[in-house]
Amino acid sequence: MATVADTHGVEHEHGPAKGIMRWITTTNHKDIGTLYLCFAMAMFLVGGLMALIIRAELYQPGLQLVDPHFFNQMTTLHALIMVFGAVMPAFAGFANWMLPPMIGAPDMALPRMNNWSFWVLPFAATMLVITLFLDGGAVASGWTLYPPLVLQMGDSLPFTIFTVHLLGLSSIMASINIIVTIFNLRAPGMTMMKMPMFVWTWLITAFLLILVMPVLAGGVTMLLTDKYFDTSFFDAAGGGDPVLFQHIFWFFGHPEVYIIVLPAFGIISHVIPVFSRKPLFGKNSMVFATAVIGILSMIVWAHHQYTVGMPVPAELYFMYATMLIAVPTGVKVFNWLATMWKGSLTFETPMLHAMGFLVLFVFGGFTGIMMSQAPADLYYHDNYFIVAHFHYTLVGGGVWGIFAGFFFWLPKWTGRMYDERLGKLHFWLSFLGFNLLFMPQHFLGLAGMPRRIPDYAVQFTEFNQMSTVGAFIFGFSQLLLIYIAYKAIKGEGEKATDEVWEGAKSHGLEWNLPSPMPYHHSFEGVNIGKAIEDE
Amino acid sequence: MSTASGNYYLPHVARWPIVGSIGLFTMLGGFSLKLIGVGAGAFFMALGALIIIGMMFGWFGEVIREGLQGLYNDQVERSFRWGMIWFIASEVMFFACFFGSLLYIRMYVIPWLGGEGTTGVGEFTNMLWPDFAPEWPTNGPARIGGEFEPMGAWGIPALNTLILLSSGVTVTWAHWGLLKNNRPQFVKGLIATIALGFTFVLFQAYEYYHAYTEMGLTLGAGIYGSTFFMLTGFHGMHVTIGAIFLTVVLLRALRGHFDAEHHFAFEAAAWYWHFVDVVWLGLFIFVYWL
Repeated sequence: MATVADTHGVEHEHGPAKGIMRWITTTNHKDIGTLYLCFAMAMFLVGGLMALIIRAELYQPGLQLVDPHFFNQMTTLHALIMVFGAVMPAFAGFANWMLPPMIGAPDMALPRMNNWSFWVLPFAATMLVITLFLDGGAVASGWTLYPPLVLQMGDSLPFTIFTVHLLGLSSIMASINIIVTIFNLRAPGMTMMKMPMFVWTWLITAFLLILVMPVLAGGVTMLLTDKYFDTSFFDAAGGGDPVLFQHIFWFFGHPEVYIIVLPAFGIISHVIPVFSRKPLFGKNSMVFATAVIGILSMIVWAHHQYTVGMPVPAELYFMYATMLIAVPTGVKVFNWLATMWKGSLTFETPMLHAMGFLVLFVFGGFTGIMMSQAPADLYYHDNYFIVAHFHYTLVGGGVWGIFAGFFFWLPKWTGRMYDERLGKLHFWLSFLGFNLLFMPQHFLGLAGMPRRIPDYAVQFTEFNQMSTVGAFIFGFSQLLLIYIAYKAIKGEGEKATDEVWEGAKSHGLEWNLPSPMPYHHSFEGVNIGKAIEDE
Repeated sequence: MSTASGNYYLPHVARWPIVGSIGLFTMLGGFSLKLIGVGAGAFFMALGALIIIGMMFGWFGEVIREGLQGLYNDQVERSFRWGMIWFIASEVMFFACFFGSLLYIRMYVIPWLGGEGTTGVGEFTNMLWPDFAPEWPTNGPARIGGEFEPMGAWGIPALNTLILLSSGVTVTWAHWGLLKNNRPQFVKGLIATIALGFTFVLFQAYEYYHAYTEMGLTLGAGIYGSTFFMLTGFHGMHVTIGAIFLTVVLLRALRGHFDAEHHFAFEAAAWYWHFVDVVWLGLFIFVYWL
């Protein structure tokens, strides 16, 4: 099957178009990847700013900076923007940049639709931000949009719901593109089981997105009709049930957390072997563990609703099913550890972030096991313990995966090494800031401080102050990340070699390509078949 | 199989997606404005819809022209096929949401509202609504929307079932014609399918008219009206889209666009048509019949 790639496309070789139209009309996976990453960074700052408003208000008991309604708008928008605007687009950006080179494809399979999946996002974000200026402000129900509360607010509801529809449209189109690319555009010799882990985790993620985003779309549509078209889906007086919305939301919402963390798993499965100078331990078991996590994630949703009065058999089922997820997740964590075992380890910035990921994500996983117990969860429910838990998994898991991937692949994208000293500084500031921010929230939760409240009892003051200080350290250290990216894009710094990291050539197709990869035809002059066999 | 980077056609410029985004933003923003009572909302909604229709003409036209130029090899067509399959999968999940809601309400919520349940829900609802009898169809313990008559299964709905099932047969017959390069059979099959499809939509419209004017059955008739109109309404919308899709395919067939080897657009339309067919069977059983 070893063939030299034929790179003579239908059209003639040319570089990118000039000016703004290049970005608006591009069909190039690298351009679209860059757009996604820039958008994600911008949203990360907007969502982060909202988090800082929340933390600033919580620096002291009592109300000082914002009124409670605005505080609730901030918690709601912070979540929606971070989940849909920052983390998911960041992973979509990585997928665009790296999937084609990893499987030997010339580009994404459906390039025009690829453009649209991105270009829906800025419009959706605009529509969401507009709601801040409407009568009654933005939706302040929390990102879960539970009725009846969400139906009792101002004019922002339809805008928020259509934002969710647009975001869903974007995710579904991106997922279709990723699945089609993986199924149909692999180079000869790149069998499914040879596919790199990042490709596998994104494949499972894309399936999850296609299965759950339409369900959320249906659920929010029912919210809209309940408010404006007289339906009674979530109104018990008419024979409906508000808890129905919770089931629908979490049928989407639980897989969603795996949608956020699975691509991070993929990135970590690339970073750890390269810096251990060993192949990934138990590759096939990693693939199956990912698939099992994907399946389990779809049948455990009601562990978010232990306190709503479900029948006891349902609580028991969801409790046991939830605990089962620890098994495939454990397989992954032990495989990562076994990969490092007796490796010749070095700790460049990507590896530092991978270690940060392991520590934080495993910690978040453990608190997850605590809360999976239905009787215990009655106590943890809706207080700062759950806030700490999901930030450890989604930030410690998701965002740390993004950090690791960013430093890992930046030289491949820009052709320049980032500043290692600044990279390490960014890691340590973020890591310490993050732990200072969220570790105390576990104790606050266990002591009984409720979430989504702008005020608290005085005995919670010290831990909240630590948390706020941590938030500002974590938040402002991200400016360093932007500076590091800016320097690399401007072409400052040492020139990167093709394999970038010592010995990386044997770890994947992408490290056999020039750094930076050529704008069109990544594989010009590269023997794909040989590179696949050498792995 | 050609190599991945061989002759796979990659367009270098996409002009229509941004137009589509502007159209969606205008239409949905306009709809939102209309819902919160801003007069100009309806105008923006219509404008957005027009932009989207224009985008569809432009985008699909571009793809059709490229297809006719022979730019798409087998591998590109395979991408289209996979794309359509997963798009339909997402549509299945959209309907699954409403079917799931209907079953959840009928199996759990109505009995709970009638006083059953072990976690205290029953006692609570008994206190609120002591005389509510848990039966289906219902518009809830507060009789939201007033008296109404549920839609029977064996009038128009049964006829519509027959119509849609027959249209599944005619579209397959058309496919056979195409595979044998028998153009008259292909065109006749398509015309029959489209006619059956629009007949279905007309019957459905008549049924809605009847429900609203004579049966007291509206979107506001409690949970029965909500689930009835939401499920059949979204389905009817999909039948309409499918019939328009098939009409476009018919117009292209009359211009001689398809042959036994290259007819992705027809296949996509046929798959979509079978999908709305299967959804209808679910509707007939769970919404009308049981």
